[in-house]
Amino acid sequence: MSVLVFADSSEGKFKKTAFEVVSYGKKVAENLGSDMLVLTINGGDASELYAYGAEKVIEVKNDLASFNAKAYASVIKQVAEAKAVNTVIIDSSIDGFTVAPLVAVALEAGYASNVVALPSSTTPFVVKRKAFSNKGFNNTEISTENKVVGVAKNSYGAHENAVNGSIENFDATLPELGVKSENISKATGVVTIADADIVVSAGRGMKGPENWGMIEELAGVLGAATACSKPVSDLGWRPHGEHVGQTGKPVASNLYIAIGISGAIQHLAGINASKVKVVINTDPEAPFFKAADYGIVGDAFEVVPQLIEKLKAFKQA
Amino acid sequence: MKILVCISHVPDTTSKINFTDNNTEFDTNGVQYVINPYDEFSLTRAMWFKEKQGASVTVVNVGGASTEPTLRKALAIGADNAIRVNVAPTDGLMVAKELAEVVKNGGYDLVLAGKESADYNGQMVPGMLASLLGFNFVNACVGLEIDGTAVSLSREVDGGEEKVSSVLPIVVAGQKGMVEEKDLRIPNMRGIMMARKKPLSVVEATGANASTSTKNFEKPVEKGAVKLVDNVDALIDLLHNEAKVI
Repeated sequence: MSVLVFADSSEGKFKKTAFEVVSYGKKVAENLGSDMLVLTINGGDASELYAYGAEKVIEVKNDLASFNAKAYASVIKQVAEAKAVNTVIIDSSIDGFTVAPLVAVALEAGYASNVVALPSSTTPFVVKRKAFSNKGFNNTEISTENKVVGVAKNSYGAHENAVNGSIENFDATLPELGVKSENISKATGVVTIADADIVVSAGRGMKGPENWGMIEELAGVLGAATACSKPVSDLGWRPHGEHVGQTGKPVASNLYIAIGISGAIQHLAGINASKVKVVINTDPEAPFFKAADYGIVGDAFEVVPQLIEKLKAFKQA
Repeated sequence: MKILVCISHVPDTTSKINFTDNNTEFDTNGVQYVINPYDEFSLTRAMWFKEKQGASVTVVNVGGASTEPTLRKALAIGADNAIRVNVAPTDGLMVAKELAEVVKNGGYDLVLAGKESADYNGQMVPGMLASLLGFNFVNACVGLEIDGTAVSLSREVDGGEEKVSSVLPIVVAGQKGMVEEKDLRIPNMRGIMMARKKPLSVVEATGANASTSTKNFEKPVEKGAVKLVDNVDALIDLLHNEAKVI
């Protein structure tokens, strides 16, 4: 039996999470003593997947201009059945979270999402999942023959492991789509919160939307995405798409810099999957300091310009 | 239009998360339960359809008797009636199967849920439910309009938004944006009084099996104390040499 990894892409480019699931799937297949197949649907250049250990890439090409839940689930099912797959691995992009439950039902598979580590055992098949907004983990056994594993973003990580790969074209039929894409609007030329290694986030401590220039400049120097706290988006200082925290966007970046954010529990619930957290706040009693790795007690209007200047020098050095 | 809103009964976000019985059970001691915050967007949108377009709104939860106050709260917000499927939820697929039975028996054409529950964060039940029923499915919905049987929606995609169209019957997993947070309904006194008289029916479960089970829980490793520095040079040095993130 084989392990099938779905490598998600958007507009013909693989998502960062695609390389993470390929890295993960490679190890799972090794642990199970089976082989790994990597499925792409209108995906990118397969050689990018070879760099992470994909030896067998199955390419499905069709007329779909963008993701469709029923169609993708159907394609994954067809490939799984044709190739005697019993373990399907899917990323934690929004598309991944959308298609995985459909795949689980289609394959009568037990499904564990938010998985943060390799299976601690393969018989029984047990994986560690994050839960309770990162305040706990549960070790979950999948007891069915077929299994779907959803790998949490930026947890296992992408690990380069170059191999000689090959491509197989696979003809899949498409079901009735049910949901039709009308148009997609994406900001261009900015780092998205979903993809960012570094997120620079600011709160009410910035005093007003006119002061966000320095936040954007700091993000620019670091190649980071900009984000904000809930009060800031509620006040209309920043667009809702930048709101991070519970009910906003989740963040699982390598570095999260919080400027003028006190650290309400709802905010922390959404960002505490980030690996390193830096807090800049005038109030030494701000609850965020308890959740942070590094902090500066100080006025953002003094600290941030200094940080921009010193980081520019650091980047040039 | 018959709308079913799936309501999860979850610990309030401020709850302390602890485990008991050798880390095999979630410790409910001192935990305040609320309507799942993600479900509130769907419930509020359902109320809008009821008031503006005419629809009946039923709320449903799969759980034991202890979840009834949460369903009563949804009734106080304005749902017409409530259903509790009398079984403890054990995994996503099992809950989805029980809900599918409720949808089939009730003839609902719009099923709303939250994108995820604030306890297990699984993001599985709405998609599984749609798949079991053969309904259309839109996840991470940030805008929903209905005209007859035509459904137009906006959904979040990584880095942007997509406008999609579909038809009833459909399962929609909502989140912030479907309604704005400031527009979320909270129960008022009149609603609370009326909710006491609204029907809350208890149905027995079909006995659907779970396909996954929790072996045990773990708490995150305790984080060390924050390192405070008083200048940006020291911060950059730590981020570069110690944390290795820049």
